[in-house]
Amino acid sequence: MKAHLTRRYHFSASHRLHSAEMPADENVAVYGKCNNPYGHGHNYALEVTVSGPVVKSTGMVCNLADLDDFVQREILQRMDIQNLNMLPDFAATVPTSENLCVVIYEILQRGFHHAHPEKVRLEETMMNSFEYAGGKEVRR
Amino acid sequence: MIYLTRKAEFSASHYYHNPNFTPEENHRIFGKCNNPNGHGHNYTLEVTVKGEVDSRSGFVVDLKQLKETMHFEVLDALDHRFLNKEVPEFRTLIPTTENLAISIWQRLKPKLKTAQLHRVRVYETADLFVDFYGEDSQDSE
Repeated sequence: MKAHLTRRYHFSASHRLHSAEMPADENVAVYGKCNNPYGHGHNYALEVTVSGPVVKSTGMVCNLADLDDFVQREILQRMDIQNLNMLPDFAATVPTSENLCVVIYEILQRGFHHAHPEKVRLEETMMNSFEYAGGKEVRR
Repeated sequence: MIYLTRKAEFSASHYYHNPNFTPEENHRIFGKCNNPNGHGHNYTLEVTVKGEVDSRSGFVVDLKQLKETMHFEVLDALDHRFLNKEVPEFRTLIPTTENLAISIWQRLKPKLKTAQLHRVRVYETADLFVDFYGEDSQDSE
């Protein structure tokens, strides 16, 4: 029987929203305070949802230790207390939370094989959150 | 379609152990959760039902009936219990959050007369939860 398991993580990072494809005044108009050249930071909350059949012998979709190890190594160690603009993932894209959601989802898709990565949900602040499930509709 | 979610809380203890594994395997796979004396959690349960709004009552479901069903079928059985020893299905099934979500679904499903069960979500802690959408949800495996 298939179940969805969601684990919540926390990290803090800085970013600056600036698109090289726009002139300076348009960057200011579109991104407002987020275009400040020195950047600013957030405490992000990250929810990773994986799915799969519940394995009879363990009662688990996947071992939580495997998920924690992967997220710690591949996501948190790379992003926590970092400037997101400096990461290779954002060499060509703006580190908005939308793009960050996609980057994290793709890291999971590529490297996590103990269960099926279903969805990434990212809270940038308590007031806004972003969800990405690949090409699929986000499931309620 | 309207989705309606009712929350409840219960506290219970459990431990993870498969009698077919060696003690070393049990320890390696389940870690601290393998301690036979058990440990506990404050669980939060979210039950989501769905349906069309009844034109006369304005309800998707009678919330009182949903609340009472959750109380009789789930909370009375699980709250302040040692799941492995006191809840029949967990004498043979490991009481992981996954199996707990499935068990709660199976306890509620036959008793909910008017509401269509959509999702059972069980939080073991604020940072860990499991969703179950039913045995025959379209992408069940």
